[in-house]
Amino acid sequence: MPAVERPLIYANLRKPGYTVDIDCYLKNGGYEALKKAVAMKPEEVCKEVEVSGLRGRGGAGFPTGMKWKFLDRKSGKPCYLVVNADESEPGTYKDRQIIYKDPHQMLEGIAITAWAIQAKQTFIYIRGEFQHGAKILENAIAEAKAKGFLGNNILGSGYSCEVVVHRGGGCYVCGEETGLIESLEGKRGYPRIKPPYFPAVLGLYNCPTIVNNAETMAQVKHVLAFGGAEFAKIGIPGDSGTHIWGVSGLVKRPGLYEIEAGKATFGELLYDFCGGPLDGRKFKAIIPGGSSTKILKFGERFKGKLPNGQEFDWALEDIPLDSNSIAACGTGLGTGGTIVIDDSVEMIQALSNLNAFYAHETCGQCTPCREGSLWLSRVSKRITTGGGLESDVPLLLDIANQVAGRTICAHGEAVAWPVQSAVPKFKDEYLDSIRRRQKGETPSPLKLI
Amino acid sequence: MSLQPSTLTKADAIIAQYPQKRSAALPLLHLVQEDHGYITQEDMAWVAEKIGVTPMQVLEVVTFYPMFRQSPAGRRHIKVCRTLSCALRGSYALMESLEKSLNCPRSETSPDGNFTLEFVECIADCGCGPVVQVDHALYENVKPENATAFADQIKQSLQDPQYGKNQPQPGTPEWNG
Ligand SMILES: Cc1cc2nc3c(=O)[nH]c(=O)nc-3n(C[C@H](O)[C@H](O)[C@H](O)COP(=O)(O)O)c2cc1C
Ligand code: SF4
Ligand code: FES
Repeated sequence: MPAVERPLIYANLRKPGYTVDIDCYLKNGGYEALKKAVAMKPEEVCKEVEVSGLRGRGGAGFPTGMKWKFLDRKSGKPCYLVVNADESEPGTYKDRQIIYKDPHQMLEGIAITAWAIQAKQTFIYIRGEFQHGAKILENAIAEAKAKGFLGNNILGSGYSCEVVVHRGGGCYVCGEETGLIESLEGKRGYPRIKPPYFPAVLGLYNCPTIVNNAETMAQVKHVLAFGGAEFAKIGIPGDSGTHIWGVSGLVKRPGLYEIEAGKATFGELLYDFCGGPLDGRKFKAIIPGGSSTKILKFGERFKGKLPNGQEFDWALEDIPLDSNSIAACGTGLGTGGTIVIDDSVEMIQALSNLNAFYAHETCGQCTPCREGSLWLSRVSKRITTGGGLESDVPLLLDIANQVAGRTICAHGEAVAWPVQSAVPKFKDEYLDSIRRRQKGETPSPLKLI
Repeated sequence: MSLQPSTLTKADAIIAQYPQKRSAALPLLHLVQEDHGYITQEDMAWVAEKIGVTPMQVLEVVTFYPMFRQSPAGRRHIKVCRTLSCALRGSYALMESLEKSLNCPRSETSPDGNFTLEFVECIADCGCGPVVQVDHALYENVKPENATAFADQIKQSLQDPQYGKNQPQPGTPEWNG
């Protein structure tokens, strides 16, 4: 049976004639899940989310119900909900669709979450570049307030929550939750040291704070609509719901495909949904879940054991699209933003492109990340301009090894992983590039740096 | 101080949304920049006063976030996504063509002040690369082979008195911006 999509998050926004207006949302069953939620006790809503097995969609896949449990209630301080709509991981463009095409779906999830954790106030931290997106959200909030779904005395429950849209300033690192909080406090977005700054304990204004991704909020709406136990049946044990695969790069049909967790493979995603490689080309590699996940090479074999004990021996095409299987292959599902690279690409250029990104985005607090990202960028670029040495290949690896695990935030890993995963897999090709570039040859006309 | 009266009223409403005034730093800086295109020392002093911090603490913020400018941009500000998904679809070739067509080297403003052309990092529309943000609008699938026509369109917009004033319609570059 061919793999099919199962649109949950994108079900409405794909309908012809569907608009961002609240009337359209209401006609499509909108805010019914919120009514269900406020008829329940907040703890019961938290329980539903825990039972659902929902994992966060911001990249790390942390179980949402568990995160909410970490809130420090004993402190007596107010708690805040902060929605991470800073979407800036290269390859990732799934949250944009929700914001620009179905904002009320996200707002309903926000209202449910705010009720569940009894947030005093909610902030949506949105990328500064989403100028019109911020306006769409502000209009939608005003509509929802007018109908009693947000703001004062939500649906007569006596509970009130204001939602404020806050635009960032174009910094990737402000997507990191503690950098985001600093930024929201009006400062540079320097990530904070954990411990003690776990947001659920010491977050915004040093109050307990839940930071969740924009799509996670939309998923919460569906958890309530289905009920936690029913939602948990979608997908596979340990990874419930759907994943939005945002495919970009060199395939016939780049695009967004919403697939039940574990119900299709990378092969099906890339060939059946995306139509395979461009004419006359062959796939070479994918970066599966946003640029910070480790690269997978076509032709590799992936062998090992899944958490449930099942042994596997897969080609890239056989890997099922769920977080357990993908993690077992040494990488991560991340944000589901899959970047596809084919045989027209000179791999050192692709790496150099990403290295330049991380060098641009480091906040500079930690020496390994600040210096390491810059060095990686310079060394890889030097190869592409003909000035590389064969010793640059182990040098790249050596630098990356000194960054990962030695920094305040996971940007350090993001800097290191593309290099640590690609250098062993493409060492021969890099060496070939170095030799040919030294002679003034251009291995590929496609310029990426 | 050359801020428009509407900016001044908006500023107070923005500050009132936050439990702590300092949180309004980024929104106020966006407001100022939208008012007159970039951020001056005077603006920073004004923001500092408004939110109860020193001008230095505002400067710190301005210099951290790439979207804030301390000098004017050209009449059209063109940002081409440079990052991998867009690059794989030709954003480097696109940039080279635009430099020629607009007579404007990347990272600079053209001598006539009409264009500022920049490479930027991923703008979260990776499946539609190469993407280009021109002021308030986001253009998708701008293929390198169409660069000249695209540049012409930008040039023509200089003559359009309605530029940037229309209500965005779903699915258009203005909506997606
Ligand atoms: C450098 C860096 C950038 C990040 N950018 C984003 C982002 O743009 N959007 C997002 O939701 N999470 C981002 N994250 C992850 C957040 O720190 C956080 O884990 C996430 O918002 C939690 O939401 P979730 O539990 O709903 O997944 C980033 C993390 C790092 C280290
Ligand atoms: S790891 Fe990098 S981005 Fe994160 S805090 Fe350190 S320097 Fe900043
Ligand atoms: S890489 Fe260009 S929009 Fe993401």
